[in-house]
Amino acid sequence: MIEISNVIKKYYVGMPNELTVLKDICLSIPEGQFVSVVGASGSGKSTLMNIIGALDRPTSGTYVLDGVPLQEMTENQLSEIRNKKIGFVFQTFNLIPRTTALNNVELPLFYMGAGKGERRKKAERLLELVGMGDRMTHMPNELSGGQKQRVAIARALANDPAIILADEPTGALDTQTGKLVMDIFLQINREERKTIVLITHNPELAEQTERIVTLSDGNIVSDHMNKKMEGARV
Amino acid sequence: MIWENVLLAIASLRANKMRALLTMLGIIIGITSVIAIVTIGNAMTASVNNNLSSFGTNNITVFIREKSQNNFNIAGGIPFLGGVARPAGGAGGGGRQPVVRGSGNTSRPEDSDLISDEMINQLKAEFPNNVAGVALTNSVGSATVKDGEKYANISASGTNPDYLLSNNMNILEGRYLNQSDMDNYRNVAVVSDKLVNSIFPSGTDPISQQIKVYKTNTIEIYTIVGVYKYEASSAQVSTVSEEDATTNLYIPITTSKLGATQKNYSQITVVAKGDSSSVVSFTTQMQAYFDDVYRTNTVWGARVNSLETQLNSIMDVLNSIKLAIAFIAGISLLVGGIGVMNIMLVSVTERTREIGTRKALGAKNFHIQFQFITEAAIISGIGGIIGIILGTTVGAIVSVVLKAPVTVSILVTLGSVLFSMGIGVFFGYYPANKAAKLDPIEALRYE
Ligand SMILES: Nc1ncnc2c1ncn2[C@@H]1O[C@H](COP(=O)(O)OP(=O)(O)OP(=O)(O)O)[C@@H](O)[C@H]1O
Ligand SMILES: [Mg+2]
Repeated sequence: MIEISNVIKKYYVGMPNELTVLKDICLSIPEGQFVSVVGASGSGKSTLMNIIGALDRPTSGTYVLDGVPLQEMTENQLSEIRNKKIGFVFQTFNLIPRTTALNNVELPLFYMGAGKGERRKKAERLLELVGMGDRMTHMPNELSGGQKQRVAIARALANDPAIILADEPTGALDTQTGKLVMDIFLQINREERKTIVLITHNPELAEQTERIVTLSDGNIVSDHMNKKMEGARV
Repeated sequence: MIWENVLLAIASLRANKMRALLTMLGIIIGITSVIAIVTIGNAMTASVNNNLSSFGTNNITVFIREKSQNNFNIAGGIPFLGGVARPAGGAGGGGRQPVVRGSGNTSRPEDSDLISDEMINQLKAEFPNNVAGVALTNSVGSATVKDGEKYANISASGTNPDYLLSNNMNILEGRYLNQSDMDNYRNVAVVSDKLVNSIFPSGTDPISQQIKVYKTNTIEIYTIVGVYKYEASSAQVSTVSEEDATTNLYIPITTSKLGATQKNYSQITVVAKGDSSSVVSFTTQMQAYFDDVYRTNTVWGARVNSLETQLNSIMDVLNSIKLAIAFIAGISLLVGGIGVMNIMLVSVTERTREIGTRKALGAKNFHIQFQFITEAAIISGIGGIIGIILGTTVGAIVSVVLKAPVTVSILVTLGSVLFSMGIGVFFGYYPANKAAKLDPIEALRYE
């Protein structure tokens, strides 16, 4: 359960060029929901998602994750939260270079302190799940964009987090490959009941999610349930 | 976890082989020079020790010098070293220098100021348990032994039978000079095997053969009573061909002093009994004894010097030199360490996004820190090991060239590995800390 209340994010605080990127955002996302966040470029989508992902702190306002307020937490405590509860998928994939697909997927497990055997088994299973079972020992530079993103999704799932945050995961992919990646997200949401927050510029993808949040200039200007999908889910 | 970090670090280093290698080079050069210098230094001290010990560490020199001559310089103070430049076996041969030199003062000691046979006998009586013998020498000068076309360069010295004790001369045939030769002023000589080979056809028994010694304006005839083995001193810089090398020819000191006005000795070599520490303490005792003997002499006194005490001070000097050079080599190690730091800083900047990603995946600060420190430690550790191998090799080769025993110090070797890894940790700490403190968002946004 994600509960964000009155969150404001400012840059250059106290300086003449002070910039308010998020203006009094209130957003609550229940477990298992597939939410898409849309809006113009520079509207603050990524900023909001970094706050949800505990990578960034709001200038003011509160963020309570699963009943735990995060504002007082230390860097290392936030690392632990990210490690256990959140999986990130980036537009630019962000796989660790010169590290095999398998080792990339093992990384969150490594930071959690899992043993070698467990890591290997889980990473292999997840790579199979995203259809990358035959590319496990490939280096990132030996993979196509779609393949990289699938490895990244497997990595985001490694610690079995409750929330997956994807910032334009299909932005760097062609329509066909984008659809494939989207299908994986839908499958994860349906089968593993994971909360997914997807930032996208693609209305077609947004239409496939349960709820669509629209940002404009740091404000939520629209937040509605997707009627089509609600019917489909039940 | 540690092991996996090590594997991770090795993988990341392998991805940048050239850079890792160049960084290592700094450490390699630093460690190589430290190890090589320490090894060579050890070999040199051992070599000096060997060379000086060949003159006999039980020899204590007593020589007469002016009492006012306080600022006694080292060239005169170490007759053994003075002797090094002379042909092999000439122990104490250079010892006359301090007296003859006289520090700008033209006065020479009277015969009564010198050490007499009587004083030597008293010394023996005073220290019966310490004195093994008293070697006497009287340098006669260079000459040439000729027989028709054949010749051999020699340096003639008058010696007494005890001289054999002070010198580790190896008598091959016949005998050394004895008391009877002394008492009867015999014209007998002990010569080198080299001289024998030069003068006599091979197969000739040299004992009882006569040789003609050509001096500047006289010719003297001696009968050979013994032959010793000539050994070229490694410390001797040979400017002449092996053929023309001068060897020593020993005659009775009484014979050599026939007709001389000076009957007493400006220098004697007391051969002491016992081990090194007893030699050192006997040196002190003997100095006190001679100070007492020369108490009433206002101008002249005796100076007692043992190789053992001099060896100690030479070793002290050599060790300080060794330390100073090793320190300078250590500076190159420092430069290597700074190279490691530099590369780690570059690496951190280059991998900013990677660090951001790792943090997003849940890496804590110490995970990042540990990763970079491990990398730095591995670079310097591998560099250190290569440096040890190279340094030991260089050191061993130079030791062999110096004809000194190759001594590989386990302590220095082990210390160097730990030290170089320590350098990695020390110089890797700052970049690693910088990496660990990166803000995850800023790191992820880094272009
Ligand atoms: N570190 C920063 N310093 C200053 N301004 C920033 C910083 N990060 C973001 N901004 C500003 O905040 C605003 C929102 O940025 P954000 O990345 O959230 O937009 P976005 O909605 O994700 O856009 P896009 O769709 O192009 O990714 C932008 O105007 C941007 O310039
Ligand atoms: Mg964005």
